[in-house]
Amino acid sequence: MIFQDYVFYSLAAILLFAGLRVITARNPVHAALFLVLAFFTTAGIWLMLEAEFLAIVLVLVYVGAVMVLFLFVVMMLDINLEKLKEGFWEAIIPALIVGGFMCAEMIMVLGAKHFGLDRVSAPVPHPAGYSNTAELGRQLYTDYLLPFELAAVVLLVAMIAAIALTLRRRKDSKYINPVDQINIKRADRVRMVSMQSFKEPTQAPDNKEQG
Amino acid sequence: MEFFEPIMTWLQHQSWWAAFILTSWTIIKIIAIVLPLMGALAYLTLAERKVIGYMQVRIGPNRVGYFGLLQPIADGVKLLFKEIIQPTASNKFLFFLGPVLAMAPALAAWAVVPFDLNLILANIDAGLLYILAMTSIGVYGVIIAGWASNSKYAFLGSLRSAAQIVSYEIAMGFALVGVLMSAGSLNLGKIVLAQSGGFWQWYWLPLFPLFIVYFISAVAETNRAPFDVAEGESEIVGFHVEYSGMAFAMFFLAEYANMILVCTLAALMFLGGWLSPLPFLPDGFPWLLLKVAFMLFFMLWFRATFPRYRYDQIMRLGWKVFIPITLVWIVVVGGLMQTPLAYLFH
Repeated sequence: MIFQDYVFYSLAAILLFAGLRVITARNPVHAALFLVLAFFTTAGIWLMLEAEFLAIVLVLVYVGAVMVLFLFVVMMLDINLEKLKEGFWEAIIPALIVGGFMCAEMIMVLGAKHFGLDRVSAPVPHPAGYSNTAELGRQLYTDYLLPFELAAVVLLVAMIAAIALTLRRRKDSKYINPVDQINIKRADRVRMVSMQSFKEPTQAPDNKEQG
Repeated sequence: MEFFEPIMTWLQHQSWWAAFILTSWTIIKIIAIVLPLMGALAYLTLAERKVIGYMQVRIGPNRVGYFGLLQPIADGVKLLFKEIIQPTASNKFLFFLGPVLAMAPALAAWAVVPFDLNLILANIDAGLLYILAMTSIGVYGVIIAGWASNSKYAFLGSLRSAAQIVSYEIAMGFALVGVLMSAGSLNLGKIVLAQSGGFWQWYWLPLFPLFIVYFISAVAETNRAPFDVAEGESEIVGFHVEYSGMAFAMFFLAEYANMILVCTLAALMFLGGWLSPLPFLPDGFPWLLLKVAFMLFFMLWFRATFPRYRYDQIMRLGWKVFIPITLVWIVVVGGLMQTPLAYLFH
């Protein structure tokens, strides 16, 4: 075994462990954090495949952005674990059947028949000056330009739709336009009155006799 | 010497020995980066107190050591010996993972920072992306710390800080997109070399709006004043309210490590890195040091000058002002690159 093998097997072991814990962790926040670990470890494995651009983008997008928002939601949910586990044993038979079918389908597609060692040749190591980033960019913006742009537009539409669906303007919100706030002048708030600083004492009431 | 020669050649042919040499050499280089960095961030705390002190017509720390020079060490020792209190109902593992996750990415990002033409730990091609990825992990320290504390104040504080960090990351990333468009590379060394030719060739000039957006976003990203809602005394719901002693110090150090990191990035991206401002002066590492110190001074100056932003205005500034500015300027840069003015963005 060479050094890379050790790295691969330790990463793979961590990845499997993290993946298992995602579905077995009792606490959803822990599950989400294990998912983060799984993404991060996957990025490590991709780095070993010399796909450094994809690996870094996986960390940047999924770990750095998607999972953060995911955690936001999961953390703020008030989840009753007992209630969640209710009916587990009633549902296990259909779950096993569905899960079994999914497994069988995936084995049929991804099994050794199509992705075995004899089918997929070992990747050729690239020369030192090879830039995965530049190659990927060239592919995306020449051969796959149209699908790439289409995917981008679809994502944009989905994003706008999600924002439009959730946008509710509250009627009772005390919104202040920041532009108005910045453009406020002294004259709008304070009225300067020109008045004498000294006032003539006009026949002060003589208190001495009373008090 | 002749006696050792065959042994050395034999050893070099053993792959495990080569791996061992490579690993230990890399570890030595990492130590050579991290140790001075630790020293720098210890003394950045002193510099901050001194600078703000003089700006407020005080003298700052001056009791421990001459000119207060031993103050950071005294602070460190004090924090080391303080008791670390762990809230009873907190999640112990995550509670202590929080500070580690805040600190580790701030150090890991230094792997690709070029200090000089050949003085770099890992000269990888996607260096800029790597740094963005690493700094984006730093937010987990904030989130985990706030959640694991099992305190609503820490949790609210962590939500606020995390939302702020995530928002300003976008503006920061877009500002750097302009840089990589101009340089035509994600490699930090190549970005610096693309700016060679003296002060007027640096990217701060053609990309001036992006430079300003980047630097203000960097201040917000590191939770520094005037965006320091995490430690706002008037509304104190910081994510680290439950932390004490060294665990708190880790967050503190992570903040300063991030400050140095974003200032170094600003120096590399917009101020020509290790290049000298005048073409006839030799380039070198001291220039980078000088530029980083210059940017750091601005950060300290901000803290002494500006009142704290209101939280909703922080979010508005990030989303509604900075992101549109960067988007527009990226289009402007892309358009100008197709015109005879392209020499501005070389």
